Amino acid sequence: MPKRTDIRSVLILGSGPIVIGQACEFDYSGTQACRVLREEGLRVVLLNSNPATIMTDPDIADATYVEPITVEFLEKIIAKERPDALLPTMGGQTALNVAVEAAEQGVLERYGVEMIGANLQAIKKAEDRELFLEAMNNAGLEMARGGFVETLEQGVEVVQQIGFPAIIRPSFTLGGTGGGVAYNMEEYRQKLEFGLNASPIHRVLVEESIIGWKEYELEVMRDKKDNVTIICSIENVDPMGVHTGDSITCTPAQTLTDREYHRMRDAAIRIMREIGVETGGSNVQFAQNPDDGRLIVIEMNPRVSRSSALASKATGFPIAKIAAKLAIGYTLDEIPNDITRLTPASFEPTIDYVVVKIPRWDFPKFKGVEDQLGVQMKSVGEAMAFGRTFKEALQKAIRSLEQDRYGLGADGKDRYNIATMTEAELESARADTKTRLAKRTSTSIFDIYDALKLGVSIQEIFRIAAYDPWFVDQMAQIVEMEQQLRDAAESAQAIVPHQAAAAGAPAAEDLRELIWQAKQFGFSDRQIAWLWNRTELDIRALRKSLGITPVFKTVDTCAAEFQAFTPYHYSTYEEENESVRSDRRTVIILGGGPNRIGQGIEFDYCCVHAVMALREQGYEVIMVNCNPETVSTDYDVTDKLYFEPLTFEDVMNIIEHEQPEGVIVSFGGQTPLKLAKPLEAAGVRILGTSSEGIDLAEDRQRFGELITQLNIPVPAWGTATSQEEAVAIAERVGYPVLVRPSYVLGGRAMEICYRPERIREYMQTAAQVSPDHPVLIDHFLEKAFEFDVDAVADGSDVVIGGIMQHIEEAGVHSGDSSCVLPPYNIERAQFETLVSYTRKLARGLNVIGPVNIQFAMQRGIIYVLEVNPRASRTIPFVSKATGISFAKIAARVMAGEPLSSFNLRDMPMAMDHVSVKESVFPFSKFPRSSMFLGPEMRSTGEVMGIDSMTGLAVVKARIASGNRLPSSGTIFATLSDNDKRPRVAETLRGFAELGFTILATDGTSRFLTEEGIPNTKILKIVEGQPNALDYIRNGQVRLVINTPSGEIARDDEKTMGAVSMEYKVPFITTASAAAAALSGLRSLNESELQVQSLQEWYRP
Amino acid sequence: MLSRPKAKLVLENGAVFTGRAFGATDREATGEVVFNTSITGYQEILTDPSYNGQIVTMTYPHQGNVGVNGYDVESRAVQAAGFVTREAARLRSNWRSHGDLDQYLDQNGVIGIEGIDTRRLVRILREEGAMRGIISATDLDEASLLERARAIPSMAGLDLTKNVTCDAPYVWASLDESGYRLPGASADLDDARFHVVVVDYGVKHNILERLAAFGCRLTVVPSNATAADIMALNPDGIFLSNGPGDPDAVKYTIETIKELIGKKPIFGICLGHQLLALALGGKTFKLKFGHRGANHPVQNLQTGLNEITSQNHGFAVDLDSLQHLPIELTHVNLNDRTSEGFRHKELPLFCVQYHPEAGPGPHDADYLFGDFVAMMQREREKMQPSEIMEA
Repeated sequence: MPKRTDIRSVLILGSGPIVIGQACEFDYSGTQACRVLREEGLRVVLLNSNPATIMTDPDIADATYVEPITVEFLEKIIAKERPDALLPTMGGQTALNVAVEAAEQGVLERYGVEMIGANLQAIKKAEDRELFLEAMNNAGLEMARGGFVETLEQGVEVVQQIGFPAIIRPSFTLGGTGGGVAYNMEEYRQKLEFGLNASPIHRVLVEESIIGWKEYELEVMRDKKDNVTIICSIENVDPMGVHTGDSITCTPAQTLTDREYHRMRDAAIRIMREIGVETGGSNVQFAQNPDDGRLIVIEMNPRVSRSSALASKATGFPIAKIAAKLAIGYTLDEIPNDITRLTPASFEPTIDYVVVKIPRWDFPKFKGVEDQLGVQMKSVGEAMAFGRTFKEALQKAIRSLEQDRYGLGADGKDRYNIATMTEAELESARADTKTRLAKRTSTSIFDIYDALKLGVSIQEIFRIAAYDPWFVDQMAQIVEMEQQLRDAAESAQAIVPHQAAAAGAPAAEDLRELIWQAKQFGFSDRQIAWLWNRTELDIRALRKSLGITPVFKTVDTCAAEFQAFTPYHYSTYEEENESVRSDRRTVIILGGGPNRIGQGIEFDYCCVHAVMALREQGYEVIMVNCNPETVSTDYDVTDKLYFEPLTFEDVMNIIEHEQPEGVIVSFGGQTPLKLAKPLEAAGVRILGTSSEGIDLAEDRQRFGELITQLNIPVPAWGTATSQEEAVAIAERVGYPVLVRPSYVLGGRAMEICYRPERIREYMQTAAQVSPDHPVLIDHFLEKAFEFDVDAVADGSDVVIGGIMQHIEEAGVHSGDSSCVLPPYNIERAQFETLVSYTRKLARGLNVIGPVNIQFAMQRGIIYVLEVNPRASRTIPFVSKATGISFAKIAARVMAGEPLSSFNLRDMPMAMDHVSVKESVFPFSKFPRSSMFLGPEMRSTGEVMGIDSMTGLAVVKARIASGNRLPSSGTIFATLSDNDKRPRVAETLRGFAELGFTILATDGTSRFLTEEGIPNTKILKIVEGQPNALDYIRNGQVRLVINTPSGEIARDDEKTMGAVSMEYKVPFITTASAAAAALSGLRSLNESELQVQSLQEWYRP
Repeated sequence: MLSRPKAKLVLENGAVFTGRAFGATDREATGEVVFNTSITGYQEILTDPSYNGQIVTMTYPHQGNVGVNGYDVESRAVQAAGFVTREAARLRSNWRSHGDLDQYLDQNGVIGIEGIDTRRLVRILREEGAMRGIISATDLDEASLLERARAIPSMAGLDLTKNVTCDAPYVWASLDESGYRLPGASADLDDARFHVVVVDYGVKHNILERLAAFGCRLTVVPSNATAADIMALNPDGIFLSNGPGDPDAVKYTIETIKELIGKKPIFGICLGHQLLALALGGKTFKLKFGHRGANHPVQNLQTGLNEITSQNHGFAVDLDSLQHLPIELTHVNLNDRTSEGFRHKELPLFCVQYHPEAGPGPHDADYLFGDFVAMMQREREKMQPSEIMEA
């Protein structure tokens, strides 16, 4: 049954901004889908609001709409493009939700668009718990007992039947938002209310607790002939009770007999048929009681998911690509397996290795949020690792996380130093560890490690935390190996590398055997070095002198049964190496590792562009990365892929094997950049800006000298290593000051201090952040405009790619602020100053490749804040706004091409379209954290609005970010004293003129009245009721403008933010954002929102 | 486990693998070294009589995680000559398990080797074909092991069925009380509507379980039962089982089958499929490294649907050799296009190369047992009333 001939064009929905629960895995799947459907000769129309995606590159689809993913915009696009079909299964929950809405509103019918991949009925059956429960009953499968409730009273009734603990799952929310576990009635009522509010349909499923059960997932494919296959099984190492996205998982399942596995497989197949997923990939989650094997269906997703990205990377079976082909009519047996070429895709992959995924969390960025895991997903990224055993994969995954841990303990970061502890201390440590074990946190895996080291038995760990004994035993073996290494420390000291090789003595042979086994258990050189009190380089040298080097195995979907044609590798310590070095000119590009706040999809985007550019130039390009969500780890994208941790040891092993011409470290963010120095010291050629140039940009002293020489203003600054020094510097440069540790990304631990006391407090905490580096103190430029400039340089020429003006004033992290390209409020002379400073700086640092510079403008004077000679977070946005891929150009320049060969001009000051970037925040997952923006970056993703008018671009960006501005109604305004100034008054006057009524608290009300702006005074929260919260809860407020007062938001301001979020009232926290919103609303009054594809915008 | 004794696996081509022994570490294993790509199901594989005389390498690196239990067995003992894995679990974890893999192998007198680069081994077998090998923890001299590996008799021409067939006819009574049995397609019908004689060349218990679940009363007879013996039992149908070794080496059974063809409905699986082909005058050939695993795609040519199948065979039927007969290819392997099943267009006879009974593996082809029952039903309906009374 070949391809359908009645579908000639398809509209694919992307997933929009990166948020917790929906990350770049959908760029990976969507990009695959676009590519494969175009290869099939279809016209592909794409809708995605996220500019930092590969899928929104103008050459991936025929018509690319970077517009908000809402029914309103979808309908406009459909009306314009008239596609035959809509593919909603590649863009996560966002795409499914919009597709369902569009279908229910009759949009699809109106334009004769067929939903392919999954139809409305199947989506509803899978998503609506009631229908799903009914379907499972029909399929003869069990689900957890419980029921749906829409009120507290109903909730109490249900919980009386099922007992505590009870699980609360709101309907139709992302990543389990608003869900929770309640252990008593009081907690239950509280969480139920929260859950009801989180659900867009105000409904919650209350279920019996299956906490502690074993959790599994199966990735399933079905074609239209009803062939169903399982791509892989996943077992969660963390038992039920933690969201899958927050669980450490292992592929394949480890603790199932064949009969149990196939019972689950049969169930998954029945579910696919019962739900009616016509074609494509789905994932089904199960729980199994460890005591009696009772099997329960948790849920199914009728679309590709985070798990299917993981399954694709873990097996080599490209689920999204195949799913896209199935959607247009192919059957599994008609599609070849890319990897084996000669065998079809209608098989079930089998693997001969173990894959472990560990999530990465960013709790420290959200003050006041407890590090506790539950049914609501909180992780922001994940790392995955391959090993031939679970032990090896686990330790590699831990070091892939890049949180300064180099394996399961023994790296100098352990909580306890058992050797030096007294019996009493050990006893208390055991008690503490057991307490910690009972609670799931981001570091639970290390609690198990501690417990094992303290002698807690495997059975007891199972009893306390329900981790399957098999997994715990694997960890116990790692702990035992650590002990063996410790025991050998003395004899190891005696053997220096060259002696070991020469002697061949029995002692050396024993040591060889021990190190070999430790490496097979996944131990890093760093761990062995720490245990033997040597340096990592010592161990590396010793290891190599003993002939202990890794081999590279192939990910081939078939456990070596057939020849693999795809060079997709991982390292292990065994006998046979399968990775063949080519005789081509080779470049290695290091990826960015797990996503985290401050380092996400933007850097993967840059890496992928670098890969594409250098491949086009005839290089063999090798990618090294460990993030399963990304496009860069799609084996199709590169010539060769190593799925490996990004540590010196692992990367160096690959470099030694591949002998590349050079290595690119400046596209993947801070992760690879940190490796530049050690790699260079090891004799590796780093392409692009020299580490000398990087150092010159990062070393404040040297940079200061350069700046003076170039005659470019900088805010006054100093570096401090003590509290008193810090305070003295602050006095000298003048308050407020911006303080931060050196060498950080994403504004980690960055703060604006107004008083000496705050600096002292900061110095105490900052010392823990980066002990070896001093703290930087800059005078903070208040009420300044900030600019980001991205440029490319080749050592002599410099081209300005993009100049962006931030909407928020300086002080908000550039990754969090909204920005506009081209600048919206700048004079020609100032624009030219930015251009000229950028040139000077790029030349001064001898930049070869990309450079990002941050400037601030205060009272017309332009200051340079920061220079980063590497790919920046804004490169994808600039590329989308201008239509030029600067990452590609930068990569080619780094490989030696002169910039002059590209015929590029600087970005002009005026363009025929305006692009606005708006950030998206995870506050709804962290209701207790402050919503006020500051120098610490907390956004997870971004959206772009593009239009011919700035105001409309702002409106689009706001809609795309989920904060649609109201066109009329009531605004609640409360301004900080700093903001009680004429410019802000003008903004509010503007809102009043547009017909908004304004409610304000005491001070703000007085200020507005003085300015002649009509308003109604209401009570502050502390003054009694009714106050702002009541107005919000009663649905009387449509927009909140609340600018924070000074350095720390007050409690009532936090509450205001939380309540606004709960009631989904847009919340603006800066005066400049309010001004931008006003300009948007004004434009909206003058003209209607139109859609236009990037290809149309770029047309000259 | 690192404390286990050192052991070696040596192949006839001279390849040496050094690891650690488990199971019956004082024994040695000799035989054809094969690999199986199924991730689960090691206990079923070890006890599958078709592996008699073979050293089985599991491609999935962790084996023994779920221990062993009394139900997941395909015969009464471990049949494989030896077991090869990257890592044998030291701790088992599964609510169904009753014992350790390590002890189980020890009790069954079978040696295993762990800690070797099994992927390298598999790639050798894939490139050079299945070959003879030896595992030992007592003799670690590589020259001696190589010499002994080369002295192992070749699989070709070897009648291994006599090692694994039953001694005397018996009536099958289900062993499986695990609650993990699939429901039969005709579970609502009376039990034992059909009497099936199973010719045991090394039959897997799960085949018997599935036939019973579909309403068959089973009499299992040894592989040397004559056609007359079988007909004397007056069955509704005859089932030709799976079994080890070279189909060409069991000439006597081929003669028996020739006599049975056309007399009663016949269903064959695996070796039974090959023997039917030979009895019809066709040919079989040895595959380079065989099909062993639980993920092989097979297309049912009658429905066009795919099945994911469990496979375990080193020989295959050359369908061209049956072209002169009214034989129809019904199932084809989508990986290498080899024959996976055929039927006779005129006589009540069909067979498949793969394992619809699973154990281990997917249940996609379970319908074949239903097809067999339906065939017996049709034949019964064709019979004259007098014949039914006789029956």
